Amino acid sequence: MSEPIIEIRDLRKVYRVGKVDVAALRGVDLDVAEGEFLAIVGPSGSGKSTLFHIIGGLTPASGGSVRIGGQDISSLTDAGRTDLRKRKVGFVFQKFNLLPNLTAGDNIAIARYIAGRPPEPDAEFGEALTLLGISGRLGHKPAALSGGEQQRVALARAIVNHPAILLADEPTGNLDSENTVTVLEVMRNLNRRLGQTILMITHNPEAAAFAHRTVRMRDGRIVA
Amino acid sequence: MTIKLVVENLKHKPMRSLLSMFLIAVPVTLILCLVGLSRGMLADSARRAKGIGADIIVRPPKTSVLTLSGAPIREQLVSMIQSKPHVGLAMGMIVHPVSSVSFVSGIDLDQFNRMSGGFKYLEGGPFRGPDDLIVDEYYARQNKLRAGDQVTDILNHHWRVSGVVEGGKMAHLVVPMRTLQDLTGNTGKVSQIFVKAGRPADIPAVLAELKALLEDYNIYTMEEFTSLFTVENVQGGALSTFINVMVGIGVVIGFAVVLLSMYMAVLQRTREIGILKALGASRWFILRVILAEAVVMGLGGTVVGIGLSFVARALIMALYPASLTQAITPGWWPIAGAISMAGVLLGALYPGLSAAAQDPIEALAYE
Repeated sequence: MSEPIIEIRDLRKVYRVGKVDVAALRGVDLDVAEGEFLAIVGPSGSGKSTLFHIIGGLTPASGGSVRIGGQDISSLTDAGRTDLRKRKVGFVFQKFNLLPNLTAGDNIAIARYIAGRPPEPDAEFGEALTLLGISGRLGHKPAALSGGEQQRVALARAIVNHPAILLADEPTGNLDSENTVTVLEVMRNLNRRLGQTILMITHNPEAAAFAHRTVRMRDGRIVA
Repeated sequence: MTIKLVVENLKHKPMRSLLSMFLIAVPVTLILCLVGLSRGMLADSARRAKGIGADIIVRPPKTSVLTLSGAPIREQLVSMIQSKPHVGLAMGMIVHPVSSVSFVSGIDLDQFNRMSGGFKYLEGGPFRGPDDLIVDEYYARQNKLRAGDQVTDILNHHWRVSGVVEGGKMAHLVVPMRTLQDLTGNTGKVSQIFVKAGRPADIPAVLAELKALLEDYNIYTMEEFTSLFTVENVQGGALSTFINVMVGIGVVIGFAVVLLSMYMAVLQRTREIGILKALGASRWFILRVILAEAVVMGLGGTVVGIGLSFVARALIMALYPASLTQAITPGWWPIAGAISMAGVLLGALYPGLSAAAQDPIEALAYE
């Protein structure tokens, strides 16, 4: 492990629900090293997803600081956060979230297009595709793919632009046990062979066991 | 890639896409039909006026170019014009409306033959009696008439179809002048006078003399007269205004159709918009996808609208060949397209902007 690629200090997030302020994060401190596979566990409402959304630039923080690769993202504008999602972060979601009208190959290609990269991926991504085992399924639309295949396509889409960090929110939550193991092994391989930094939210202790380290969250704080 | 996304989105809901295109096509067709009918009918009138073979037309005072009311000219004026130097032939004609768009013309057939070279008969022949009627091929087809048939629905009079003639000369319905004068209470009067100069070189001299003689009358060369058959001259510009109103309605319909269609599409694709935003798509990218989809529907709607204007023309030609003439106006295709596109872009703007402004977390959580 090397220098922290993510440095979080006293991170706070308050949501306004009607007329009530709800504190989702109450001062989170966390360092993630480059090339680390980190699992974040905790009960519902503990602030795991909010933490992910802030690291991924989907929502701004209310206080504190988040540095990714040395860049403070807590003060970014909407356009700045859009640029962060385009260049530094890749997302994998529990519900796969593939575009249903496009083929698996086009779902991956559109991520490159949005990032302003040439359509043909590089050799390293070719190796990743081999690891993912979906090369023969790229011409199919999501409806024609199994859950495991869809999630592997989502993984390919998330890493096609070589993001600094891969954020996976319950990536095995909608998969059976066989596909769960397949996807987790793929993620571990991506981490080991390509050095991909991965943060994974999970409720599943067996999934968390694939990570190098696990942190626990409760009531908007990291407790262990 | 944007185009691929747009095309796949349109293919994903084919009924919505096709229905939207069809609804966008409706105002395009309306505009093209309206302009085509206006121009077609005016061109048809001009062609038939030219077919008379006259050089000069004398019309009553205070009449517009495209309308005639009654027969206010005394027939003696025809004889007087005939007596002037350089005049080869003067012919009076009475015109009477038989419906909102059809007229029956009363002529002296011998004089008409001398002026125009006569009708080309497809069936039957010239008048043989005062109650004979000549119809052109369009009126005959529309009313399923043949030479020898009886007609009673024109001025409540019993007519016999003496001949069916080739279209494009004077009028769809022609009867003997005396009969029409008597039937309409205009004995000894005509609606307008056609004049043929002795030689083409005499036309300016005859025109000048008639203008000096008949100061209050509207006197034109046939070239001048037919050049006045324009949309702007109909009912003091009312047709022009009507076309402009239709253009406005076209924009509003295009706007409403696309607004509803794209608003529904944006609602249905909320999660997809969230996915694109998670991938780093900017607000402009999202707006561009929505606008591009609307533009494709607008272009499709315009093409369908142009196609439907041909269908409308074919229907009109089959059902009302003598009453309505619709021209195909390619010059108006880009105009109609631009009008529908204006409505389409306006209609797509609000859904597009609301899609672009969506919160990615809320969009991703949308079920």
